Amino acid sequence: MLVESIMNTEVITLPPTATIEEALRLLKENKIRHIPIVDKANQVIGIVSDRDVRDAMPSSFLKDADRQELQNEIQTIMTYPVVTVHPLDFVEEIARIFYEKEFACVPVVQNDELVGMVTEKHMLHTFIQLTGTHVQSSQIEVKVPHRPGILPEVAQIIGDHNVNIVSILIYPYGDDPEYKVLVFRVQTMNPMPIIRGIREAGFKLLWPNNIMEPKV
Amino acid sequence: MSEQVKFIFSDDLLTYHFNPEHPFNQKRVLLTKELLDAVELIQAEDIIAPRKATEEELALFHSREYIDAVKRAGKDKLTKEQGMVFGLGTEDTPMFTDMHDASSYLVGGTLTAVDAVLSGEAIHALNLGGGLHHGFERQASGFCIYNDGAVAIKYIREKYNLKVLYVDTDAHHGDGVQWAFYDDPYVCTFSIHETGRYLFPGTGDVRERGIKAGHGYSFNLPIDAYTQDESFLQLYETAFKEIVDYFKPDVILTQNGADAHTFDPLTHLCTSMAVYEKIPLLAHELAHEYCSGKWIATGGGGYDIWRTVPRAWAQIWSVMKRGKVMNGDLPSSWLKKWEKESPVPLPTTWHDSKEAFPEIPRKLEIEEKNLKLLEAMLKYATLPKQNLQG
Repeated sequence: MLVESIMNTEVITLPPTATIEEALRLLKENKIRHIPIVDKANQVIGIVSDRDVRDAMPSSFLKDADRQELQNEIQTIMTYPVVTVHPLDFVEEIARIFYEKEFACVPVVQNDELVGMVTEKHMLHTFIQLTGTHVQSSQIEVKVPHRPGILPEVAQIIGDHNVNIVSILIYPYGDDPEYKVLVFRVQTMNPMPIIRGIREAGFKLLWPNNIMEPKV
Repeated sequence: MSEQVKFIFSDDLLTYHFNPEHPFNQKRVLLTKELLDAVELIQAEDIIAPRKATEEELALFHSREYIDAVKRAGKDKLTKEQGMVFGLGTEDTPMFTDMHDASSYLVGGTLTAVDAVLSGEAIHALNLGGGLHHGFERQASGFCIYNDGAVAIKYIREKYNLKVLYVDTDAHHGDGVQWAFYDDPYVCTFSIHETGRYLFPGTGDVRERGIKAGHGYSFNLPIDAYTQDESFLQLYETAFKEIVDYFKPDVILTQNGADAHTFDPLTHLCTSMAVYEKIPLLAHELAHEYCSGKWIATGGGGYDIWRTVPRAWAQIWSVMKRGKVMNGDLPSSWLKKWEKESPVPLPTTWHDSKEAFPEIPRKLEIEEKNLKLLEAMLKYATLPKQNLQG
């Protein structure tokens, strides 16, 4: 999946000479947490977060605080240089940036110009899509040996029952490198024939499990 | 106010039949009816035949294109590709001959029940052929073609202008009805079901509360797999009482899926018949307390059609008719008639014996988790009440 398919293209920006007060207003009005700072050529030269702005403000405990700080230019508090991504980058790759750098958003830049933003929220939304939980479906978890060709074997059983697969995730099986857990979300209310098929093929089901076997 | 109660039944309700292997089997309705006959709890004057819902009535909820597709599917005039768009021709909802007519009778049955109660002819009415809560505006899903609950509520809103509380005890989330009235403050939906973590359809989280003007009028209790009687009933009774007091409905519509029972093959809840005795008793009590008795009940899911569903559904009628549940042995005439056909030994008593049920190792954990869920949900039932004049 490409960044351009999940990014927000209507980005609220400020020039470096805007005041901190302006930034504060934009953050509040638009319920956003970051504003990229761009020059006249729409090139990203910095970024400010709501935390940067709050840090620049006098403490709310000080009643007669001097509000003069709010008139300072935003470029005095912005962070730079800015880590940016390209619209053709993979979502999977930029997930690492979010994780490793602990960012909450990254600007998307093409030909040196700002073209979009990706936030943590976009990333989570994409994750929900990947899990398939947004579509009516039942979940089946199968423990399989980690070897080539195993996925189509299990998927074939589902296909043979004429049921659509909404999503497939492959998880590690604890610390055991010999096995994997395949998680399918299948578009049916009656997964029983599939479950029977998977059992008969000799695979181990983790869900529905046969530990308690309460169903008679 | 009439004290009559009405049972909606005719063989037309049995024509909703996908194929012999399909888990959704309306023979359940016949088995229940015959069980009630055998204990002489039902007389000819109690029965009304379902009418067939008109296309105008179906269109109160469903799109015209979808109705048209269902009609064509029933006449073998819809290709596989055309059907897929509408969820028709899948394993869950295969096409079958005259499916439009069969589905229209199920909806018509619920409308017949609605009219019986809201015209004042009867105080309660039961359509076991209905309760097809997964049907969407333009899509069949989860064994459901037309959504009789959603159509009936639209019909009540339009024709009688009353506030409706919809209560869904099917083990699957009542998603079709919930989404149909998600922004409507005059229709409150409450569904208790197995968590969607594994089970179809996957929705029904406690945080689904409605949107816009309907915010605060959707309630969900997605209970853990392997939940048993005490925990189910503790949550259900507390929540139902709070919600009915919060919403103050004019009429209650219940969907009585019987698939949360231990014997049900499609779900992972572990209740016994005790739950299916309490569910109608509670609906009966609260309908009298808040709606001068106006209570319409439908069937729903239920895939252990021999042991579980007939007993569970017969108890709804028993409560409507006599205000109490049946006890003791099942009638031998009924057992004799059906034991040969049943692939499993039939139960001999109305109640379940404790021995039939498994020990659940995680019982305490499940109960604790369910209780937290109830607390989370109740936060929403105690919000400042809005003044809504139906």
